[in-house]
Amino acid sequence: MYTFNFRRASNLEEAQQLHQSSSDAVYVSGGMTLIPSLKLRLASPDDVVDLSRIDGLSAISSADGVLSVGAMARHCDVAATTDIPALAALANRIGDAQVRNRGTIGGSLANNDPAADYPAAVLGLGATIHTNRRTIAGDDFFVDLFETALDDGEIIMRVDFPTPKRAAYAKFANQASKYAVVGVMVAETDSGVRVGVTGAGACAFRLTSFEDALSTNMSASALAGIDVDSSDFNSDLHASAAYRGSLVTVMAKQAVEQLTA
Amino acid sequence: MNAETGIGASVLRKEDARFITGKGQYTDDISVFGQTHCVFVRSPHARAKINSINTDAAMAVDGVIRVFTGGELVEDGIGDLPCGWVVTSKDGTPMVAPPHPPIATSVVNYVGEPYAFVVAETLQAARDGAEAVEADFEILEAVVDTATASSSTQIHENAPSNQAYDWELGDKEATDAAFAAADHVTTLDITNNRLIPNAIEPRAALGSYDAASSTYTLYTTSQNPHVERVVLALFVNVAPEANLRVISPDVGGGFGSKIFVYAEETAVIWASAKVGRPIKWRADRTESFLADAHGRDHVTKAELALSSEGEMLGLRVKTIANMGAYLSTFSSSVPTYLYGTLMAGQYKTPAIYVETQAVFTNTAPVDAYRGAGRPEATYVVERIVETAARELNMDPVELRRKNFIPPDAFPYQTPVALEYDTGNYAASMGKALEIADHDSYAARKAASEGNGKLRGRGYSCYIEACGIAPSQLVISLGAGVGLFESAEVRVDVSGSVTVMTGSHSHGQGHETTFAQLVSDRLGIPFDSVNVIHGDTGRSDYGLGTYGSRSIAVGGSAIDRALDKIIAKGKKIAAHMFETTDDQVEFAEGQFSYAGSNEPKPFAEIAGAAYIPAVYPLDELEPGLSEKAFYDPQNFTYPAGSYVCEVEIDPSTGVTEIQKFVAVDDFGNVINPMIVEGQVHGGLAQGIGQALLEHGIYDADGNLSTGSYMDYAMPRAADLPDFEVDMTSTPCTHNPLGVKGCGEAGAIGSPAAVMNAITDALGVKDVPMPATPHTVWETIQQGA
Repeated sequence: MYTFNFRRASNLEEAQQLHQSSSDAVYVSGGMTLIPSLKLRLASPDDVVDLSRIDGLSAISSADGVLSVGAMARHCDVAATTDIPALAALANRIGDAQVRNRGTIGGSLANNDPAADYPAAVLGLGATIHTNRRTIAGDDFFVDLFETALDDGEIIMRVDFPTPKRAAYAKFANQASKYAVVGVMVAETDSGVRVGVTGAGACAFRLTSFEDALSTNMSASALAGIDVDSSDFNSDLHASAAYRGSLVTVMAKQAVEQLTA
Repeated sequence: MNAETGIGASVLRKEDARFITGKGQYTDDISVFGQTHCVFVRSPHARAKINSINTDAAMAVDGVIRVFTGGELVEDGIGDLPCGWVVTSKDGTPMVAPPHPPIATSVVNYVGEPYAFVVAETLQAARDGAEAVEADFEILEAVVDTATASSSTQIHENAPSNQAYDWELGDKEATDAAFAAADHVTTLDITNNRLIPNAIEPRAALGSYDAASSTYTLYTTSQNPHVERVVLALFVNVAPEANLRVISPDVGGGFGSKIFVYAEETAVIWASAKVGRPIKWRADRTESFLADAHGRDHVTKAELALSSEGEMLGLRVKTIANMGAYLSTFSSSVPTYLYGTLMAGQYKTPAIYVETQAVFTNTAPVDAYRGAGRPEATYVVERIVETAARELNMDPVELRRKNFIPPDAFPYQTPVALEYDTGNYAASMGKALEIADHDSYAARKAASEGNGKLRGRGYSCYIEACGIAPSQLVISLGAGVGLFESAEVRVDVSGSVTVMTGSHSHGQGHETTFAQLVSDRLGIPFDSVNVIHGDTGRSDYGLGTYGSRSIAVGGSAIDRALDKIIAKGKKIAAHMFETTDDQVEFAEGQFSYAGSNEPKPFAEIAGAAYIPAVYPLDELEPGLSEKAFYDPQNFTYPAGSYVCEVEIDPSTGVTEIQKFVAVDDFGNVINPMIVEGQVHGGLAQGIGQALLEHGIYDADGNLSTGSYMDYAMPRAADLPDFEVDMTSTPCTHNPLGVKGCGEAGAIGSPAAVMNAITDALGVKDVPMPATPHTVWETIQQGA
């Protein structure tokens, strides 16, 4: 770890001001990605601005068919919710217990790791991301590898998940890291069937070919024969692009089977 | 004997209370006055020439005390890190051991090799200093691949074809003749994947020099502190042996990786005198991945000659063993004397010929890792036996039974040097099949198929050679050390006992097992026995713990010392009974004499020994303390039968182990609970090798699996509920009839798992680890 200034913000304005006044600042929420990077000296910010003492950022509430999850809500808190069982189940399979007790939904989304679980939920459930500056549709949020629609210094306040009619998440976890090699959220929502895929590509994406097929027939068999173009998928030590392509279908089928069970 | 604490009782481990409450004393828990911190500067290149190293910027870092480079150690007379076992090639030439300076001087040969180190007031300052060291490297072409290493760029000047040695064992002509006469030959090309040990406690060292007495004290994470001391004193020239004390306090796992003498402790103890202050180093996890000695990494072609009835006639094995960049402390013995000698397995194969070519690559050194050679041998034998059965359309169980060395054939001389003392292989096989519900397999297979899954079953009947070993045999084969063990039993005035042993637990529970042995033999309370180990200043020269040798050799040494204690106790008692010592009996903690109805408890004799009023001191010395050095007559030969059933999901390639039965023959067992725990741990590591673990270097020699993000360790959820049982044919040549249990699980299990997977998939081979991706690709290729 290199030396840095630890700044604890007590409110949003102070957080932004601390961020702006530094030439090289990062926000930390749960720190599950940032702190290992710091320890390995892979990151060397001048200032680390802690968001954990800002009131109201970790609340979880439910009203009018929307589950509103504060950005600082821990994975374990989301895992304990009951409105959207598929979301709770997803949160409950992130990392390990230690990660779930520290990591936050806002941190995960802002980091946009290609193998993180939450992006599949945001896309699959049609969530909306509220920041301190604006509202961003989930569909517009994930831009590329570790890149989101957030501007420099912009802070996620909460994520609103419309309660789906039914939904399920299936994940194929990396045996070492437990990150998603492929994770698929399938949901039947008021605005139609949505399929969010994480792990496979540079960032999470919706799979419209599956959505179309499932819109007319919500069954695993509806996905048979639909070609998943894996040419741009990630390929690494753990999984080739072709294997990820195959897993997208297998995980989607598993999700559909759970959802229709 | 006390049924609750004696031999054969599952006594809870007395060391666990401190371990699980955070009160263990590991090397990094020890701090001394004036201590400084050390960080090693490690090569980012797999192979490079060091043109120059500039330490000026590092010295300028606030808090940095000294920056050392390799040349300074050489100038001070510090020698190379030696390999302690000289293997001789087929042509009679000794192996090639390239220069291995502790801190690289002119070249670096693997990513992570240290070429400088920084001593500073704080760890943070040492890290900053290490980053400020500037080296001008000329990057050279790296050699990474085991199979092609001998035809690649030459790494070391003295090692043409990157070869360390080309070794053979067995009768080539007889084996060729067996193949010529065979009805069937099974051929198998297999690899044994590179593993990274991953002890929970990373390696650490704290070196301290006392100028007033010219003595050095080294605390370090060693499985064998006496060997560490003798190597550092006699070969590396750190200090005269008498002036060097090595202490290994609690050690948190090693699996072999803490046998060896490494650069880091060498540097730390040497530099403590130069700096004039104690120096501490503890590996971080990345360093453990990069710079602990790795395990396995073989490429093998095996051929088995059989008659049409399945009689095994001959075995031919040709292995390329990757030694990494240098020959680590005992590395040369692993793919030779701990490997080729095991190729008979449990079978009476009459002709065997083994060749091992050891090659250098630009990767971390490879040395002994849990099982050390024997897992690799078992993998070859048990995979090819199973493959042969499939090719001959024979039941693999029947093929094995037909070829087992029968119980009445012991002692049995194999064609590959070893003489097995005892065993009953059919007995453990029979028990394993019974536990595995062998006969109802078809129903389970049908049920799996009904669920769209592929089911397979595999067996592995391993043998291993433990308790290494008779000193004169191993010395004649090239070993630079004897392989006896020492013990001292000190009886206190009150009759309690302190045992000093040369064995050294790194998790095996010696404090419990050895206390049971002493308590049982002397008839004294279990809690009255303390076991001391891991300190060259307190116990006699011993050889340490590896090769499942602690109970067979270390335990036998304690037993011999106990014989001497009892013999002297009888002499003292004889004076008290006014008789001769041959008239005194000792049993159940009591010295008795037929002419007296008042037996003397052990504690009373202990008191009499130290308050010597009752016997003539010109005949008998006061005190009750005895030593023994025990040198075994032979290896011990644990063996067992493992059965594994897997279910594979063809859509994902995920393998689930649904059944794993292990029946082991460890001879007599002191603490069944500890033994079962050792089997569980070994199975976890063996299954880890088969399904999860893989040390991978990319083509440039960068370690691709250098963290837990990419290197998959087995976790509880990856493992089935093991069904473990035992049979027993006691060892015939040690006083306890024990064999050793530490490695068996890791030796026997990979072949069982891979035989099951290949059975399920209907293929000849799947490379380890059989990850979901690998299995899925295998299925795709067959589709």
